[in-house]
Formats: sequence, structure tokens, C-alpha cells
Amino acid sequence: MDNHPVLTDNDPQSELSTLNLGPTHPATHGVFQNVLQLDGERIVSGVSTIGYIHRAFEKIAEHRPFYQITPLTDRLNYCSSPINNMGWHMTVEKLLNIQLPKRVEYLRIIVMELARIADHIVCNGVLGVDTGAFTGFLYMMEFREHIYEIYEEICGSRLTTNVGRIGGFERNFNDIFFRKVRKFLVDFPKGLAEFESLFNRNRIFIDRTKGVAGVTAETALSYSWTGPLLRAAGVDYDVRAMSPYSSYQDLDFEVPVGTSGDVYDRFLVRNEEMKQSMRMIDQCLKLIEKEDPTIFHADVPAYYLPPKEEVYNNMEALIYHFKIVMGEVETPVGEVYHSVEGANGELGFYLVNDGGRSPYRLHFRRPSFINYQMYAPMSRGMLLSDAIINMSSLNVIAGELDA
Amino acid sequence: MSDIQIVNAPAGVEGQGFFATKLDEAVGLARSYSLWPLPFATSCCGIEFMATMASHYDLSRFGAERLSFSPRQADLLMVMGTISKKMGPVLRQVYLQMAEPRWVMAVGACASSGGIFDTYSVLQGIDEVIPVDVYVPGCPPRPEAIIDGFMQIQKLVQTEERRRRETPEYQKLLASYGIQ
Amino acid sequence: MSTITNEQIIGLIAAKFGDTVITEGEPYGLLTIQTGREQIIDLLTFLKEDATLKFGFLTDITGIHYPEQEKPIGVIYHLHSLQNNIRIRIKVFLADGDVHIPTATVLWDGANWMERETYDFFGVDFTGHPDLRRILNVDDMTVFPMRREYPLEDPNRVDKKDYFFGR
Repeated sequence: MDNHPVLTDNDPQSELSTLNLGPTHPATHGVFQNVLQLDGERIVSGVSTIGYIHRAFEKIAEHRPFYQITPLTDRLNYCSSPINNMGWHMTVEKLLNIQLPKRVEYLRIIVMELARIADHIVCNGVLGVDTGAFTGFLYMMEFREHIYEIYEEICGSRLTTNVGRIGGFERNFNDIFFRKVRKFLVDFPKGLAEFESLFNRNRIFIDRTKGVAGVTAETALSYSWTGPLLRAAGVDYDVRAMSPYSSYQDLDFEVPVGTSGDVYDRFLVRNEEMKQSMRMIDQCLKLIEKEDPTIFHADVPAYYLPPKEEVYNNMEALIYHFKIVMGEVETPVGEVYHSVEGANGELGFYLVNDGGRSPYRLHFRRPSFINYQMYAPMSRGMLLSDAIINMSSLNVIAGELDA
Repeated sequence: MSDIQIVNAPAGVEGQGFFATKLDEAVGLARSYSLWPLPFATSCCGIEFMATMASHYDLSRFGAERLSFSPRQADLLMVMGTISKKMGPVLRQVYLQMAEPRWVMAVGACASSGGIFDTYSVLQGIDEVIPVDVYVPGCPPRPEAIIDGFMQIQKLVQTEERRRRETPEYQKLLASYGIQ
Repeated sequence: MSTITNEQIIGLIAAKFGDTVITEGEPYGLLTIQTGREQIIDLLTFLKEDATLKFGFLTDITGIHYPEQEKPIGVIYHLHSLQNNIRIRIKVFLADGDVHIPTATVLWDGANWMERETYDFFGVDFTGHPDLRRILNVDDMTVFPMRREYPLEDPNRVDKKDYFFGR
């Protein structure tokens, strides 16, 4: 697969037609453009154009204090924003050498796995919609609403959560949260079983997706693919298993791996990952019962805002509050790279700090961006309908693509 | 009386077997409950729109059942998400292709004013390139807020003249954007 | 957890490359080395193909700009060895006016868009790249926006009053 694109030709006698799968198109879930040259239904070549939602996150991050970058990370992969938030907090905690209490780490795992389930709901549901099956999507979106309600209990917002602080969480999780999570763990397997019964052995769906866009493990590794796409191709690289962060090593889970890397395998890998996520949430709920229920943040007064009652009554708390908000806190000079397993793959944060209030340089290693570059070479020789299905199964989120 | 709300008939003269009202009001009533939106979803607000269209909040109760991705067949352009400078000409092209009567709803802080992204690459509000009727603030706005914005559009559709395109204010507005 | 240590890596690299590759340190456990543009492709090839090291996965390529330094523009590579579960960071600094470096697409196909992004933001010319053009910004932009001298906000904006923003 060579990377050199063949641009459109203007010869009217040519038998190839040009199709602009433009930035606004129902098939592209997000704003990115593919100009395809077609020979009938078969794609001869394609050129991808992205950048239609470039919001300059990395430049903004150089002008914001550390705690104000969390809302920016929300908007990277907005289908699963808690994972981005937690990844950023863990990067800064790695820089500042903060150790978190176990309870905080287990709560983080619960929130992150719920976000992963939410993202896979959207991806698999929309993959169904693209093959023409709208029902599965509508059934699944109801569970996404349940996850939104759980998020509202902890942080107040549904989609762009901005949950957690550097050093833990901003408030303790109440009983309603635990009740809703337990109810979700009872209801969702039934809903997922119903969804799978609609798709897994559905003749039409299998014909549309099996054998389509198969990828070998070598090609996937050469293009730096990560996440469910790489695992469907046969490589069991999962950041949670390989370099565990936030106490994932205490949990017992499996990493689902496919064989051929085609769209059907990716669908099955994502479904299986949702089941593994539920298993992890279940284990975390049991492990949390053994911990002190009042702890929700690390004891780092230099970086974690004190509660307002103490700020008004206590001198040290007032000084810490002032220092944190005005940016007078000393942060170590250095550079750190931390990665988490996002819903699409390895989401990495490369932070270069010069000791000031804002980072000197913050770079996001965005899985959607790196996964998407293979789309144009991969669609050479494919039928147009297969290329559309391929694009939905890549789960390209426009916010993460352009940043 | 039951609690079911039905659409109220416009003010008019009623008699045995006939009902006379203004043509504008009748047409406005019909239009407002059969708007075909074009979801121009670019980022996070697009996901909240997906939640609005799904069964829990169900925008199709208000008549917006048939989403049209082709501007030629759409009435309402719902711009949801950040519009960058690269996307601005595309948005303008889509707006120009829409036939009158057309309305524009800017959903979210980014579409209304640039949102939290005050950078070199983001258009600070889509009203720099196209005229907007309703702005829905929020980051992202809740589905209830999107529905509220949609109901404001419906109110606009019901109360405006039938051929809004011929009023001088509207023509002056379009001229200020460079649209004929 | 990793099967080889940073010291082993430094030893193997020093044996082959001598002092053209400098070890900067191990911030937070990640071995960081620095080299020049002449050796970078040889170094990356060695890291990728050596039987012990096996750094076969390219995690990311990015850039950085230190205006006060003698060689201000830096290109930073992050590699990952999946078999050994260890990462490495390689930095190459380039002088102003002479900002070009050979492309890594000869080794990894995934370097294509990563290098286009670095070109788009910092202006680094990757010689041998099949399609080096802007990827995220508008195509007719003339400046490289992530460099430190370029401002964040749009300079043409007329409605922001400096008085209210403390300027």
C-alpha cells in the first residue's frame, strides 16, 4: 500500500468518476472529506482531507493552567470524555509524583469503563445504522441515556463531563450513583444480548461485514494502529494490560482479540469489550466496599483545591487556595508521556513543563488521527458500500481527529 | 377535558362547514409542524442531537421526523458544533443551496459565538457567514434546550409572513452577507 | 515488567553509534536520547530491526519550539517495543533556516500523517515524504502556528475590546 495519492483527473473521456464524500455527508460521522475516484462501484483511489474542525487544542493548552485544560480534553473524543479527563489527570499526577488512594483509582476505573461502554454503544449502533438497521441503534441509545444519568450524579453534565480533579475527584460519589451503576449492570447485559441477537447471526449483516476491509497484523502495526482495530487484526496490545495505570492490575479481565481484522471482527471485539468492561465495573464495586468511603481525593493540599469551608476559616487553606488559583504553585520542570487505553486506542499525552502555570508544550497522541490515515490506501479496490462500512467501523471521532 | 395538547387552530371565522382564516397563518401552521431539518453536526453538540433524535427525547414528536442531509430538500439548517475557518465556505455553500423558506438554528456555544475556542482557526460564531434565526446556548445544550430552540423556530415559522423572502428587512439582511 | 532495561539499551546504542547519540536522561522512567539529523534514520532502523531491542511500534512524532536555544526546532519521536514492553524517546534539534530532516515513512507507514502534522505546525521539512502538505490548518496559511511567536487568537478579530480583557 503506497501512500502516494492519485488526485482527480479532468479528462472528460475518462471512464472514472469522481465522488466527493464531502465534509457534510450522512455516512461520514464527523467532518472529514474523501474525494474518491470510482470505476463504476469500485474505488480506484482516494484522497482524505481533514482539519474541518481544527480547534487548536495544543496551542490553547499552552495558555491555560493545568486544571483548566480538563475541559479541553473533554472535547477530544467527546463520546467518551471521562477517559480523556482521567488520562490528563493521570499525566499531571505522574509529573507531580502524586500517589492516589485505592478508592479513587477504583472509582476512576468505574467511570472510565462506563465511558468505554458508551463509546462502543455509539460505534456499534451507528455501524448497524450504516448497514440499514436502525433498530439496534435506538435500543442501545436508551442505555447511553442511563450512562448520562450516572454522569449527572457525579459531575452534573451529560456529555462533556470535566469530571475529576488533579488528585482525585471534586466530590464524593453518593449512594444514588452506586444504586444506578448496580441497576445498569443488571439491565445492560439484557439489552446487549438483545442487540447481539439482532446482529451477530444476522445473514444480511454478516454478508455486509464479513471479509470486508481485512487487515493483517503487520500492516496494522506499520500504520501504528491501536485499540479495538489492532486487536481485531490479531495483536493483543491493550495499554490497560501492558502498562497498567490506576490499579487495573488488581482486576481480572481478558483482552478480546480477533483474527482477520475485518469489520465483523471489529464489531465482535467491541461487543466483547463492553462485556469485559461490565466485569471490571462489577469487580471494582466489590473492591470499593473494603475501602474507607470518605476518601475521594489524594492528600495533596498544594495541588488540590481545599473545600470552601476551610478556605474561609483556615489560614493555610486560604494560602493554598490562593496559590493554586493564581498559579504560584511550584511544578517540576520536565517532560512526561502517559497513555491510557481510550475507546479508539492508545490516547497519549506528551507534556513538557517549564515550571510555570501552564504547560510549555502539550501534545495529544490521538488514536483516531493515526488510525484514519490508513483509510485512503485501504479503500483502494473496494466497493463503495464496503468503504462506507469500513469508515464507520474505524470509529473516527472528528474532535479527536483534528484536535 | 383530557390532558392531551392538540394544536390550536389559528384565529378565524367559523361557520357551518367552513372556517376562514388568514392564508399566512394556515400555511405557517402547516409549515411549523412539518419542518425538515438538516443536521449539520460537526462535533459534541452533534452527539447531543443524536440523543435528541433517539427515543428518550424524540424530536420527531415535533414534526422533524424526516432528516434531510441534502440541503435542497431541507427547511431548517441546524448547525451543531464548532465551525472552523476551513469549514466556513462549506457551510455557506450548504446554506446557499437551500431553497426559501429556510431557517437557521445555531446549536451550542461554538456555533453561536465560537464557544471556548477563541483561536486562530475557529470561526467566532456562524453569523459571520450566514444569517441565524435562533441561537441555542450550552456546551453542549441539553436535549431539552435543543427542543426549546426548535419550538422557538416553530413559533417564528407560525408568526412570520408567508413569503418572508420578499420583505425588505430580510433582503437587506441577506445583502449584508453578500447573498442574493 | 519490561524484559530489558534502559542501561542495556544505552549500551547497545553506544556500541553502534558512539557519541553521535547522547543520552539526555530518564525522566519518569522513559529513556530520552538525542541525536542529529544525519544519524536519525540509521538510529531508527537500528532500534526497529535489532533482535534484542525490537522497537517496532512508532507511537508518535511531534515537534517542539524553544526560541532561545541555538537549534530551536525539535522533532521528537516516541517508539515502543511491544515485545519488551519498554518505550524510548528520541529528540533531534534543527537550526533555524535549515529545518529539514529525512522522513521516517521509509520505516513506518504510520509516520505519514504524523510528519504532515509536524510540518503543518512547525514548518519542519521532511525530505522524501510522499505528500508533504498541510493537514489540519487551511491550505493557504503561510505561517506555522505552533511556533511560539504566533499568537493564539485571531489577529483580525475586531469585537474584542482590550479594556475588558486586561490588555
